[in-house]
Amino acid sequence: MARIDLVDLAHSYGGDNAPEESFALKPISMTWRQGGAYALLGPSGCGKTTLLNLISGIVTPSRGKILFDGVDITPFSTQRRNIAQVFQFPVIYDTMTVQENLAFPLKNRGLPKAEIDARVAEIADLLDLTPYLLRKATRLTADAKQKISLGRGLVRSDVAAVLFDEPLTVIDPELKWQLRSKLKALHRTLDLTMIYVTHDQTEALTFADTVVVMHDGRVVQSGTPAELFDKPAHTFVGYFIGSPGMNIVPAEVSGRNARIDGHTITLNRSYDRLPSTAKIEIGVRPEFVDIARPAPGLLSANIERIDDLGRIRFARVRVGDAKFAARVPPGFSIPDNAAGLVFDPAHVHVYADSLLVEGSA
Amino acid sequence: MDKTINQKAWFLVLPVFLVVAFSAVLPLMTVVNYSMQDTFGNNQFFWNGVGWFKELLDPSTDLGGRFLASLGRNLFFSAMILAIEVPLGIVVALSMPRQGWSVAACLVIMALPLLIPWNVVGTIWQIFGRPDIGLLGYVLNNIGIDYNYVSNDFDAWATVIVMDVWHWTSLVALLCYAGLKSIPDAYYQAAQIDGASRWAVFTAIQLPKMNRVLLIAVLLRFMDSFMIYTEPFVVTGGGPGNSTTFVSIELVKIALGQFDLGKAAALSLVYNLIIIIVCWVFYTVMTNAGADRPINKGVA
Repeated sequence: MARIDLVDLAHSYGGDNAPEESFALKPISMTWRQGGAYALLGPSGCGKTTLLNLISGIVTPSRGKILFDGVDITPFSTQRRNIAQVFQFPVIYDTMTVQENLAFPLKNRGLPKAEIDARVAEIADLLDLTPYLLRKATRLTADAKQKISLGRGLVRSDVAAVLFDEPLTVIDPELKWQLRSKLKALHRTLDLTMIYVTHDQTEALTFADTVVVMHDGRVVQSGTPAELFDKPAHTFVGYFIGSPGMNIVPAEVSGRNARIDGHTITLNRSYDRLPSTAKIEIGVRPEFVDIARPAPGLLSANIERIDDLGRIRFARVRVGDAKFAARVPPGFSIPDNAAGLVFDPAHVHVYADSLLVEGSA
Repeated sequence: MDKTINQKAWFLVLPVFLVVAFSAVLPLMTVVNYSMQDTFGNNQFFWNGVGWFKELLDPSTDLGGRFLASLGRNLFFSAMILAIEVPLGIVVALSMPRQGWSVAACLVIMALPLLIPWNVVGTIWQIFGRPDIGLLGYVLNNIGIDYNYVSNDFDAWATVIVMDVWHWTSLVALLCYAGLKSIPDAYYQAAQIDGASRWAVFTAIQLPKMNRVLLIAVLLRFMDSFMIYTEPFVVTGGGPGNSTTFVSIELVKIALGQFDLGKAAALSLVYNLIIIIVCWVFYTVMTNAGADRPINKGVA
């Protein structure tokens, strides 16, 4: 159990002297609080697995320090860090039974047999593995194997944090949510710090209370799922989270007005001091743009297609060169191709060089 | 659905039938035919029934005595080289580099002995071990070890075994190396997290993951060593006396040396049968080892 602090942590696979732009993980400083459920979310190659491996000690950082409860553990080996890690593919020891698999980490640490048996029984019970204890682990299904991998981490009473590296990749869809809710339940019972790496936003948003979004080796935003949805700090977060992603279009913004394709939208806040050289864009989630009959005063758009998601329909439209996704209100009969767009001003954000700009009231 | 019936396909497989018939089935049947008969030359044959087979399994007869003695030597030889080559191959595979240019260099060096023809291997060791001009024999005798594979049984055996180890350990090592390379990094990382010692990593991960390739290696090495002929024939000629006369050498002596076609045919059939049985046992073990499928769905 521990609070984890990252201090100016950075890593390059190309050696310490490589230019910082090529770093797999650009310098970050952040704190993971004890008992938190975190998700590291980002596309492939964004550095999330690197960050995880740095914390577990599989990879040694090029720069910076990692502190567990204030103690610098950067030079420590994986063993001494008391970290549990669950990998993408289940790792089980083929020749052993489920029980022996679970006992393995304790046996390696030379614990007395009685203590091992008690601990294994407890964890097996927690993971619903008790009926399978005496079976050969190779003969179980992927989800059971993944639970064994997790169990091997949990049997150690001193474990500081549990790291998950896309653990549900090989699990059948219908078992995925079962296993995920199991993880949530475990998190509540055991009060462990859990860090969960994934590129699947549903997994991240349902598992974690804090989602850390990474992009190109940097942490671009960390916050609750609601924060990421309502107020993306970076255009990347806007279109990576949400389905469909946020609409991001170039615009000219001055004061409370944003001009897109010759049309002016009134904003809720005033943006007076925007950097003049920056690329200015506005971002609005499709959920806050409604499609309407063409009318004067509405931004006019051409409908390209309608995506029917069952509960909700989204229209894919084109405004000048920009593409938009907009909500189709229930019961609305869709015009042939021309339509107007109605914006909810409270949810229109302004971005300068991809970063969110806070307006003044 | 109607199936088109076209008997013309038979003509397409006919060539293969003929080739297999003339290259394998007919010669084998000839051997079966010989094994039931005795000949005194002049192409005259006399019916002998299962007489040769009875003699073969009876150690008190000349034929049986020779066969069983050479079979014993052969099994001992196979056991010895397996006991040396398999552990040695594993150790070599474990100490081979995993990445970098040295991998290619290692693989080439390891593959070299495998590329040398059998009789050349025999000749190399035959000369290498000679006390007068061979480096090995000369050095051994000069440091005070009385080594002579022509006159001493133990030296002859040692030479033949060391030669086989030199020739074939790299095959076992290469197979094991392939098995080791197929283990995902996550296993090693997990073992590290679980605090496993080097020995625990070997017994819990590496050895179980290598068991398929090890079975294949054992099968190949057993078969090859059980049929060995050329190398010991070139080095020791089966001697001194009969001490390194293996089954194949004995067979050639009977068939071509004494021209006892009946005895030789019976011996080769029994020899063949042993090989088929061993293959079948290995095959069964291997397919059972591969049958580790999940048997209980939905453990979540």
